[in-house]
Amino acid sequence: MKPDETPSRSLVIERKLSHPASKVWRALTQGALMEEWLMKNDFQPVVGHRFTLRSEPNPHWNGIIECQVLAVEPNQRLSYSWGSLGLESTVTFTLTPMEGGVLLRMEQSGFPTGAGRDQYYQGAKYGWTRFLDALQGVVAKLD
Amino acid sequence: MNRLASPDDVLKALADPTRRALFERLSREGELTVHRLTERSGVSQPAVSKHLGQLRDAGLVRDRRAGRETHYSAQPQALAPLIDWMKSYATFWNDRLDQLENLLDRMDQ
Repeated sequence: MKPDETPSRSLVIERKLSHPASKVWRALTQGALMEEWLMKNDFQPVVGHRFTLRSEPNPHWNGIIECQVLAVEPNQRLSYSWGSLGLESTVTFTLTPMEGGVLLRMEQSGFPTGAGRDQYYQGAKYGWTRFLDALQGVVAKLD
Repeated sequence: MNRLASPDDVLKALADPTRRALFERLSREGELTVHRLTERSGVSQPAVSKHLGQLRDAGLVRDRRAGRETHYSAQPQALAPLIDWMKSYATFWNDRLDQLENLLDRMDQ
């Protein structure tokens, strides 16, 4: 993804946690603990591992998120792809030690096109990012 | 809009890059015929018609017959469920991170 496409399509949430990084890391990467705060899962902290997150289905959504582990740097950084309803994004957790605990940064970025599914139209690549950016003007006029 | 599309309908319709491109072009250029949309698309007219049908079923475009031609126009308000869905991720993560903090308080070191 080009840097100039990132900001408008990413969600960043930071939390200061008064817990050691190693403890937060366990909550982020142990399946049973992940289930307690996130969703049911078959996560393994192994780069390339494919897993699903499952929540209760509703009439508009099967409740399943398809993921693949992209980065595992113990006590520092965890990243996985997040695919649902044809939209693919990347979720990255970063831990930075600070006085009395750790700063947790969660970033969901991109909503880029899924790899391998791209086609070309009029010579241009129509990724989600470009598409949604192009439509921002249209959407702004909706209200 | 004559029916309410769900985020699922809208996302499925827009999951295909060719359909996204068709929808974007209609949003930008206004009403166009299938014939015009097929030009320069690199896709056959039957394929374009099929894509337009899927966009119509999701409420994203409207069709109008005039003589032998079918004219299509974008219905951008049909994007509202998608926009709402993306916005809802902020709420989703804040809720989940609240639960994470709650869990951390209950965990042993």
